[in-house]
Amino acid sequence: MDIKERYIRGVLLVCASLSVIAVAAITYTIIAAGWPVFTEYGVFRFLFGAKWLPDADNIQLGILTMIAGTGAVTVCALVIGGPIGILSAVYLAELASKRTSTVIQAFIDLLAGIPSVIYGFWGLVVLVPAIRNYLGSTKGYSVLAGGVVLAIMILPTVVRISADALRAVPKEYRDGSYALGADRWYTIFKVILPAAAPGIITALILGFGRAIGETMAVLMVTGNAKQFPTSLLEPITTITGNIALEIGYSWGLHRQALFACGAVLMIIILLVNFLINRIIRRAAGGIYE
Amino acid sequence: MNKLKIWDFITWVCIGLVLAVLLLVIGHVVVSGIRFINLKFIVETTSNAGRSGGIRNVISATIYLTLSALLLAVPVSIAAAIYLQEYARKGRLLNILVSGIETLAGVPSIVFGLFGFNIFVTLLGWSWSLVSGAITLALMGLPILTRTIMEAIRAVPRSYRDASLALGAGQWTTIVRVVLPAAFSGIITGIILSMGRIIGETAAVFLTFGSTLNSISSIFDSGRTMPVHVYILSSESVSIDNAYATATILLVVIIALNGLAYLYQGITKKRG
Repeated sequence: MDIKERYIRGVLLVCASLSVIAVAAITYTIIAAGWPVFTEYGVFRFLFGAKWLPDADNIQLGILTMIAGTGAVTVCALVIGGPIGILSAVYLAELASKRTSTVIQAFIDLLAGIPSVIYGFWGLVVLVPAIRNYLGSTKGYSVLAGGVVLAIMILPTVVRISADALRAVPKEYRDGSYALGADRWYTIFKVILPAAAPGIITALILGFGRAIGETMAVLMVTGNAKQFPTSLLEPITTITGNIALEIGYSWGLHRQALFACGAVLMIIILLVNFLINRIIRRAAGGIYE
Repeated sequence: MNKLKIWDFITWVCIGLVLAVLLLVIGHVVVSGIRFINLKFIVETTSNAGRSGGIRNVISATIYLTLSALLLAVPVSIAAAIYLQEYARKGRLLNILVSGIETLAGVPSIVFGLFGFNIFVTLLGWSWSLVSGAITLALMGLPILTRTIMEAIRAVPRSYRDASLALGAGQWTTIVRVVLPAAFSGIITGIILSMGRIIGETAAVFLTFGSTLNSISSIFDSGRTMPVHVYILSSESVSIDNAYATATILLVVIIALNGLAYLYQGITKKRG
């Protein structure tokens, strides 16, 4: 009997370890597949080269324009989605009745469940023409379109995690502030938001991770032009979008460079996770869980 | 006093925007798409690269891929959740296992796609196929499945386990006979929610399952799922009308799954 229990326990442990194994396998595979680019082509030329010409005789595989493109849409998404998300969380946690808050939260969870391709499609048929017609962008495919679509996509994450952090602030903090004569918004800005800061920062970093890794929705609305983002209304390419577009027909060094792009993404995501762990651990025993 | 009102107003505007966006996106797609949908669109196969005909083969490819991925991921996730919730002690090992799940949850879809493309499509020579796509998606589904199932198991009261153990049952017997049946509805809810995520996946599917418009007859066949169909029809300007119609069906399925999970949760909670 004891042997059977031990055997079962072993099998369960293997299943529970699968996620860790998968993370290690994915990281290793992708870095290994892109390795020649780092060693033979050169890390510096790869990361800071401004030209991406995989089919030219003198092959050029610089991803700086794409890094800038990804950076531009991500910043745009956080600038739009961050404040709206945090204030929505304030509404849900501080202003709304419990009932309203539950109903709205259910809607926002639905927003999280909608596939990215639907947001991309909506961006393509609604947002892109609108930007072309009303904002004077020549193509409509633009940093702005990508930023808005991404902002919508990170909202559910930002709202849910910020709202949880705000709700976790002990009631005594509010009572104390009110007892000192502070009004509601003074309490929110000076007491509750600072107390929930680790959680809110975690929410923003998670949103950042989502935005950087998002592929299809951004690919559909940013126009696939390998150039530096000089204005919000110009088209760009993101690292992720470029992988999806070119991996199918790529070969040799070109394909390895696309894996190297994946490796860069994976390293950023691992850093994001590390950062969040640090923040949560530092705040542990305090406000956030 | 006035300043207070202004901030109240700004907050309402923000939450209003969030809800408006949800309604705008769903509303626009469904209202524009519904008129292109009829029985023929669902039962006929695609013709002329998706310009005409229906999407029967696309729907069946989506169902095959989703069910295969769940078939692989669900048993593993249940086992993982049982270990983490019932067996693991607080400590270093548990921390590593949990942060592995958190990290995997944050890995972008395109990176899963690259992984699957490299290992299953190229290295193992399975090409773009149901098996390559299903394994990749199963890995992607692990974190959300494990987390939701863990929550369901956690919700089972301690006293149930104590009662079973006191009757002389072993730990495994207790889990199989007492804990899992009590957590059953929560587990089903988790599976339904994860199913919605898996159905909507695009980038990873595009890289591992491919995008050919054929009917699937073996696990080594490639196919095109609904999200990939929407992507190709719209971004390559093949047929915006059919893209609307496919997107609408996809959205309705996702909303229905979410609603189902929500209702099921509500019903079972009331029943106690």
